[in-house]
Amino acid sequence: MAIAPPSERIWWREPIARIELIWIVIGFSWGLVMFFTMVFWHSVGEQNLSNEAYKTTPEKFQAKVTEMVEQYTVRDEAGIPVVRPPAGSDVYMLGRLWQWYPLLELEKNQSYRLHLASMDYQHGFSLQPVNLNISVHPGYDMVMTITPTDSGEFTIVCNEFCGIGHHLMIGKIFVVE
Amino acid sequence: MATIEQFRTCPTTGLKVHLAAENLIKANAVVAVVFLAVGGLFGLMVALTRWPAVHLLPADWFYLALTAHGLDVLLVWIIFFEVAILYFASAVLLNCRLAAPRVAWVAFALMLIGAVLANITVLQGQSSVMFTSYVPMPAAPNFYLSLIIFAVGALIACFVFFGTLVIAKEEKTYQGSIPLVTFGAMTAAIIAVFTLAAGAIILVPTWLWSIGYISDIDPLTYKLVWWAMGHSSQQINVSAHVAVWYAIAAIVLGAKPISEKVSRSAFLLYILFLQLASAHHLLAEPGISSEWKIFNTSYMMYLAVLGSMIHGLTVPGAIEAAQRRRGLTNGIFEWLRKAPWGNPAFAGMFLSLVMFGFLGGITGVVLGTEQLNLLMHNTLYVPGHFHGTVVAGTTLAFMSVTYLVIPLIFRRDLVLKKVAQIQPYLFGIGAGGISLFMMGAGTLGVARRHWDIGFADAVLRFEYPEVAILMLGLNGICAVLASLGGISYVVVVVGSVLFGKKMGESKLAAPVAPVTSTAGVVGEYGNAGTLKLPGTIVLVSVFMMAFILYYVVNWKYLSEIWPLR
Ligand code: HEM
Ligand SMILES: [Cu+2]
Ligand SMILES: [Cu+2]
Repeated sequence: MAIAPPSERIWWREPIARIELIWIVIGFSWGLVMFFTMVFWHSVGEQNLSNEAYKTTPEKFQAKVTEMVEQYTVRDEAGIPVVRPPAGSDVYMLGRLWQWYPLLELEKNQSYRLHLASMDYQHGFSLQPVNLNISVHPGYDMVMTITPTDSGEFTIVCNEFCGIGHHLMIGKIFVVE
Repeated sequence: MATIEQFRTCPTTGLKVHLAAENLIKANAVVAVVFLAVGGLFGLMVALTRWPAVHLLPADWFYLALTAHGLDVLLVWIIFFEVAILYFASAVLLNCRLAAPRVAWVAFALMLIGAVLANITVLQGQSSVMFTSYVPMPAAPNFYLSLIIFAVGALIACFVFFGTLVIAKEEKTYQGSIPLVTFGAMTAAIIAVFTLAAGAIILVPTWLWSIGYISDIDPLTYKLVWWAMGHSSQQINVSAHVAVWYAIAAIVLGAKPISEKVSRSAFLLYILFLQLASAHHLLAEPGISSEWKIFNTSYMMYLAVLGSMIHGLTVPGAIEAAQRRRGLTNGIFEWLRKAPWGNPAFAGMFLSLVMFGFLGGITGVVLGTEQLNLLMHNTLYVPGHFHGTVVAGTTLAFMSVTYLVIPLIFRRDLVLKKVAQIQPYLFGIGAGGISLFMMGAGTLGVARRHWDIGFADAVLRFEYPEVAILMLGLNGICAVLASLGGISYVVVVVGSVLFGKKMGESKLAAPVAPVTSTAGVVGEYGNAGTLKLPGTIVLVSVFMMAFILYYVVNWKYLSEIWPLR
């Protein structure tokens, strides 16, 4: 029994039961399949998180954001600027207590290099209803190329706890045809 | 040196029980249960707040209660109970005296002080940082200090366990190799040492940072090292509850592992391949290479997952074999239909086994897949997944084994047997439901640790889909069921310990089948190449199919979202 020492003293010489052997082979093979699926998706899949990131500081990143806001603001929503940067350009969005800044207006089926960084604590970039979820850290400028394939209004919820106003922190991406 | 008077002989098992060990097991188990009750209450309040129609707590209390919930259950309940398991699996199962009982009491005191201090600090309100306490969000210095004190206590307890193994070997209190259950407990303790070391490496600097001795902690490095503790500690839980599954199967049914070699190797896989699994908590972080993520999350091709899959076969396989030996050989499932479902230890153990695999296991692998993680990172899917592992799995397993510990160690008959009988079902369904519905809401994008998904006070508007709100309602209902199950457990345990009929030297009553009588019957099989286990084959086949299907569905879902590179 499992609560007593093995009745076969030399238990490591026992043969492995067939059912166990088959299951181990299945489990191991499935592990290989799952491993290669991840690798495979990097070559054929369209949804891979970029590895590109740079060390930054809140001041430096804020400067980039301000520059972009000054150049490309087209209107505002509830007092927050909506920025429409040219397709293909570098776009900056910051997370801070408790706001995503600025709001973006992007063109459908165009690609943008989106930079994300936090000014203070960690935040969570949760794009809804696409359901794309990425961590945003202070001190790191993460760059990824996104291509909106639907038009409409999309919301960025913060899904990393960032203090008492965490549930107030939302941002927007408007995708236009 | 222990003298002979310090032992009693268990009338049921014939095992010698070291009285000092027995008292320590009692103390650790009792404290564990108390904190489960406290933490469970916080959990209920959290769940009721997340139910939009109820929305129980105000925001500050919600985040406070959530922090306290995570700490009290994941840390305090689980680890105190694990210490009790370690002492049981060493001193009791090996017929041995416990090494250094005084040191073990020091460990107990440190853990208790840490736990109480943590609760006080959180309740003071300046430390609602969640139990992950990611920097640079600060908590009060005592928050980190209390965790350090707790961890030191737990570490000492692990060394008492190792010391006991050494003594047992030297004093030859057992023949041959240590029992499988002790082996599983040893796995847990080895992983615990690694875990607590990682905890010290991260919490000590963070504490110094909180009192101003260190100016800056890199948030990414923090997360990496924190999860070296946070994730490994989940592997402790898995090792411990798998050991408990084997123990319950053995005590209740006289089940014997199909082969010792395979079951022990599966435990070894845990030790060998979990170290960098903390990587799967960093899949959505900036600037970490995909190669590193893939290598570490596939834990060298999922070898730790393989370990759990093996136990997923060998545990029901051992039960089926034992039942068939007993003559329940009709059809594929007579052994399962006629299993002792009225025995809470068995019922809870089997539910824990099934739910851990189907709810916790499959979803954990999916969640830990580099690209798929983008779909659910930090959504309610995450707590959904781990309520499948650590609540429906570990907690239910620990509850089940308590029903055996009360007669064996506390030497009390269970009170309210009827309540005890339905308790595993009530808690199991509740916990399974919480897990399922939180995952459902998470799949729809609902954020975790979030007070108001209606965004009533936010500057901008957003609504999650209607169905997500429904999921949160169902989650609330299941939380109530789980809490009723939890309360029943606490009532039965406390009632039995205080008022249960003293068993003295009398024979052990139901629901625990006497070990010795069954041991003789089934002592010799196992390892039989000829053994036929059709029921187990069906169970694992269904599991494999569900696994593959769910995995593929998630890739399909991922392929439909915005391209990203
Ligand atoms: C009555 C039983 C329980 C209920 C109703 C319950 C409910 C919940 C809910 C609703 C959440 C919040 C999810 C969120 O908003 O992010 C949560 C979080 C959590 N639960 Fe439970 N739970 C229960 C038992 C347990 C047990 C027994 C454990 C551990 C053994 C556990 C571990 C956790 C942890 C670690 C968290 C995450 C806390 C955090 O995000 O910092 N729960 N629980
Ligand atoms: Cu935030
Ligand atoms: Cu937040």
